[in-house]
Amino acid sequence: MSGVPVIDRSLVTIRANGVTLSAEADVRMTLADFLRDRLGLTGTHLGCEHGVCGSCTVLLDGRSVRSCLMLAVQADGADIETVEGLATPEGGLHPIQEAFARHHALQCGFCTPGFLMTVKEYLAEKPAGGEAEVRERLSGNLCRCTGYQNIVAAVSELVEEGQP
Amino acid sequence: MDINRVGGLGYVLREGDLVRLGALARHRDVELDEGIGSRCPMITDAMAVLGHVAIRNRGTVAGSLAHADPSAEWPALALALDAECTLMGASGVRTIPAGQFFQGFMTTAIGPGEMLTEMRFGLPPPGSGSAFVEVARRHGDFAQAGAAVVLAVDGDEISHARIALLGLGGTPLRAIGAEEGLIGERPTEEVLRSAAGLAVESMQPVDDVHASAGYKRQVGMVVVRRALAAALGRCQASQ
Repeated sequence: MSGVPVIDRSLVTIRANGVTLSAEADVRMTLADFLRDRLGLTGTHLGCEHGVCGSCTVLLDGRSVRSCLMLAVQADGADIETVEGLATPEGGLHPIQEAFARHHALQCGFCTPGFLMTVKEYLAEKPAGGEAEVRERLSGNLCRCTGYQNIVAAVSELVEEGQP
Repeated sequence: MDINRVGGLGYVLREGDLVRLGALARHRDVELDEGIGSRCPMITDAMAVLGHVAIRNRGTVAGSLAHADPSAEWPALALALDAECTLMGASGVRTIPAGQFFQGFMTTAIGPGEMLTEMRFGLPPPGSGSAFVEVARRHGDFAQAGAAVVLAVDGDEISHARIALLGLGGTPLRAIGAEEGLIGERPTEEVLRSAAGLAVESMQPVDDVHASAGYKRQVGMVVVRRALAAALGRCQASQ
């Protein structure tokens, strides 16, 4: 491939929680590393780094994705929602976060950002709910502390209340 | 190579009974298409166990076919649906049946310089039933064995049968002998049970770290029997 210029860095621009942000990224950098290391959005956590644990779940144009399985350059131009976008700028918790707190749906909290974003996508679909459906929807996110029971309770309450 | 920004490939189209899925149609797009799910519930069955929503939001049907993992859902669905694959390259366009697409372990008929641009299939006619059943170690994992089944009943007799198995060989496989044995039979429990036995007889699963070949054959028989029973129930429900 002599003569073909190799592009190994690229300017990536995303709308992160409603704010347009740009930064240089190595073309092989994952979206998760870009969010954390280039944009300082360290609320997105990396657990397994191969798409199994769900900790790094963010919303890309409204749909949940594993940010460890996408390259930053693939998200160029996209609307990304991360856990930092849930609370108000003044620090008021989002109803999903309040429900998690109320039901003690976390212990160490490492997996929580991924759960919160998964639940945000789920609630936006105006779901019918029911424990089986809630458990199915949470099945792509691993939590090693809670045994899931309190997470299911928090999400079930949100569905019943018709929370956004 | 990343085709995500190529325009016009993300379509999920229904043209009468014909479904056309572009190379960038996501699993989730198909899952949420009620017109497909209501006519072909085995697709809905399969989407429920294909990874998780975040995976289905990104993964594509064509990607699953082109990857050709013998334990994946879409390759078996493609066989059970008599789907066709459109391959496009610099030398032109060709369409081949799913039965000729899977050539070996993770190996397809896609040639050098070609790409899979579309999968198309006819929806099973009203009055038929379909079902997909798999067994995996954990929800969302690749299956140890699974079956995609389409049945149609005319009067008292089975008039159409497709049984495609996953996880029991180097490619997804149709159990053609078992399908032929069902045609013209009354769909009794005994007939379905014996078809399930026949379906796995010709399969040659291999031992792996999770399961022995014998275990996979046993599970394969069970999933075929369950899928046949579910498909028959849906035939009767839609009549």
